[in-house]
Amino acid sequence: MILRNLVSQVAELMGGVADSGVADPGAGPAAADPGAAARDQPAAGEAVPSVEELAAMLNAAGPTSPPDDPVLARLLPDAYRDDPEAAGEFRRYTEQGLRSGKVAAAQTVLDTLPAEGGQVRLGPEDAQAWLRALNDVRLAIGTVLGITEDYEDELETASWADPRSAYLEVYHWLGYLQDSLVRALWR
Amino acid sequence: MSVAPAEVERPEAGQDAVPDTPWVTIVWNDPINLMSYVTYVFQKVFGYAKPKAEKLMLDVHHKGKAVVSNGTREAMERDAEVLHGYGLWATVSHDR
Repeated sequence: MILRNLVSQVAELMGGVADSGVADPGAGPAAADPGAAARDQPAAGEAVPSVEELAAMLNAAGPTSPPDDPVLARLLPDAYRDDPEAAGEFRRYTEQGLRSGKVAAAQTVLDTLPAEGGQVRLGPEDAQAWLRALNDVRLAIGTVLGITEDYEDELETASWADPRSAYLEVYHWLGYLQDSLVRALWR
Repeated sequence: MSVAPAEVERPEAGQDAVPDTPWVTIVWNDPINLMSYVTYVFQKVFGYAKPKAEKLMLDVHHKGKAVVSNGTREAMERDAEVLHGYGLWATVSHDR
């Protein structure tokens, strides 16, 4: 459930609302089988715009300046370091696609994540989407927490009373999850 | 380290005869992306063998950045776009 919420939040941040009705168990057939419903039956997802619709809803011509929000700026980085004009041009042509890709990856996680938890079996393509979506969530949380390479020291010393410690634990767990998925793909 | 074979491109009519300086895609270190994941992305995106991908990842980690591909500006922009899709911090620059 934590994962579902976090992935949904990133999807929302990227311009899409991606959850498929699990938060509202009375929403209809989608609640019984969210994966199949969201994936195969567009009619069941009336409240959930498709990736294409989302893209169309947003401006066709993308922005040319980097987002002010540090999380957004990390998820949608500049492609030129010392050339704002080139960075702006690049952003104008790529940011929308980048956002759509991130929403689509988040959607795949939401669709393949069992509503009641438990084991997840992923095909090669879904595994790629999981990797990217988990990474986006880690980038978002890590940026908010101001993660450094020594964060594990902080994890060990943080007091349970410190609200940061809960997020550090989640961040740590997501890293473990992503790492185990990479290792599974290497086998 | 050996030099990668240069990409041979047929010059188009009207194009400057001066040999083009290659463009590069650079990946920058950040404390969030996992070492295993970055290695995997280099393998997946560029088709590099795992040892080469690992070496590039370690360069990023220890030196703060690494050139991960070179070629035309357009190709480098495509690489950066794909790497951004994976959440890596990639930039394009003219190799000087």
